[in-house]
Amino acid sequence: MRELLELLEHDSRRPASELAAMLHRSEYEVEQQMRQLEQDKIILSYNTLINWEKTGTDTVTSIIEVNLTPQRETGFDAIAERIYRFDEVRTVYLMSGSFDLLVIIEGKSLQDVANFVATRLSTIEGVTQTRSHFMLKAYKKDGIIIEDKEEDRRLVMTP
Amino acid sequence: MTEKIDWNKRISPVVHAVPPSGIRRFFDIAAEMEDVISLGVGEPDFVTPWSIRESCVYGLEQGYTSYTANRGLLELREEVCALQKRSFNIDYDPKTDVLITVGVSEALDIAMRTILSPGDEILIPEPCYVSYKACASLAGGVPVPVAAKIENNFSITPADLESHVTDRTKALLIGYPNNPTGAILTRSQLLDIARFAVKHDLIVISDEIYGDLTYGGERHVCFAGLPEMQERTILLNGFSKAYAMTGWRIGYAMSNPAIIAAMTKIHQYTMLCAPITAQIAAIEALRHGEKYMKKMVSEYDKRRRLIYDGLTNAGLKCFEPKGAFYIFPDITSTGLTSEEFAEQLLLKEHVALVPGTAFGQCGEGYVRCSYATSVAKISEAIARIEHFVQHIK
Repeated sequence: MRELLELLEHDSRRPASELAAMLHRSEYEVEQQMRQLEQDKIILSYNTLINWEKTGTDTVTSIIEVNLTPQRETGFDAIAERIYRFDEVRTVYLMSGSFDLLVIIEGKSLQDVANFVATRLSTIEGVTQTRSHFMLKAYKKDGIIIEDKEEDRRLVMTP
Repeated sequence: MTEKIDWNKRISPVVHAVPPSGIRRFFDIAAEMEDVISLGVGEPDFVTPWSIRESCVYGLEQGYTSYTANRGLLELREEVCALQKRSFNIDYDPKTDVLITVGVSEALDIAMRTILSPGDEILIPEPCYVSYKACASLAGGVPVPVAAKIENNFSITPADLESHVTDRTKALLIGYPNNPTGAILTRSQLLDIARFAVKHDLIVISDEIYGDLTYGGERHVCFAGLPEMQERTILLNGFSKAYAMTGWRIGYAMSNPAIIAAMTKIHQYTMLCAPITAQIAAIEALRHGEKYMKKMVSEYDKRRRLIYDGLTNAGLKCFEPKGAFYIFPDITSTGLTSEEFAEQLLLKEHVALVPGTAFGQCGEGYVRCSYATSVAKISEAIARIEHFVQHIK
């Protein structure tokens, strides 16, 4: 199972026939297992990593440290849910250290993001403080180097 | 007017007698093509792991640019010995039993020059790496090729070797996991060879450069780790294949103190020492590189299964490789010779591979495909080979 997941994590578009050959299993078995992994929510989605900057699309990404007052019974979870339900919110992590939630927000403009933080995020009950950091440049994302200049420099044939 | 000098006549007959490389012609054709997919490359497609590269850069910044001891940095020799201890429980003394060389290629050359007197014979199982026979000849020895048989999964047996032994036989060279076949030798097969070596009192050169690259639960067995074989063996290994460090040119030889001292004598007068930059990187590889190496091995394994499956489905009979990163399909069903197959495939489908004959006469009827290339390229190459094979019939 682990090998299959690693292959898909790297490239989810691999055809089942190729996966089957690499894992020494039948195509049917691989397809069955993928369906099971999807049902069990182990595979959550098959995404594509896109460098939007190259398409000329302007997006602003903000990383926000959020401090919370935990609530009786639910702790941080209920507030986190109120935050992650917003479409603007891409990522939410509960953190150790000097703040509680790390929230990553994407918007069309600086104004857009600032507005979201001021009117929607900061005003949620239990949120005591926010600190916003705007992302200037992405070098590496999810294990992929954005502008990788390394290439195959080997000779075409060697003994 | 002065007569034109024929410089070829001034070249040593020993050098003249060594045949040119069997891949040169294909290299020249392939190098001209734009969309060629090459399964002909005998080196990893990975770049050296960053932590190894970074340690070399740091070493340079710190001013490590001098010669080292002829035998190599003691720290590196200690790491190499520690590796043999933890992998195979063999005790080598870093001060006397190991020599750091400029790749296994240099180690191979000086090992031959150290043990072979003019006319001494060395048994060399084929198909094998292209340098073995040439190095033996250049050292003044006589290479005696012994064909490994497909029915034995390209392993070599004492029965194969026995009929080639003469009173001039001095040594045996084994290279497993094998380039080009991908064959490995099991412990019991190696024990048979060990008994054969003792019976004929042979020195065994064991080139184990692909030792870390074995698949399907088969672990490499080090020849020097077999009972009473350590002294008799010149163990050659390096960093090129397992750590994707081909261009660094760094390897080592391990044996008894007398042989290592003699090899060091040649090394000190010809090479002086291996580059210090590469030695520093090699220390990092041994200290912290194993996890990167394991990841690469697991990647090769998946590609191995893919290419084995693909070539078999394309109608070529294959021995399932257990080590290195090569597969050696039988192409006799196409009615072509190895050279014809390689040339026509290259011209018609733009896929480069190496004819089996480059690795010895008994490689006729086979071609070597390297799967040290991306899955996408392997898949495309298989599709082209299938198209080629179907249209030849």
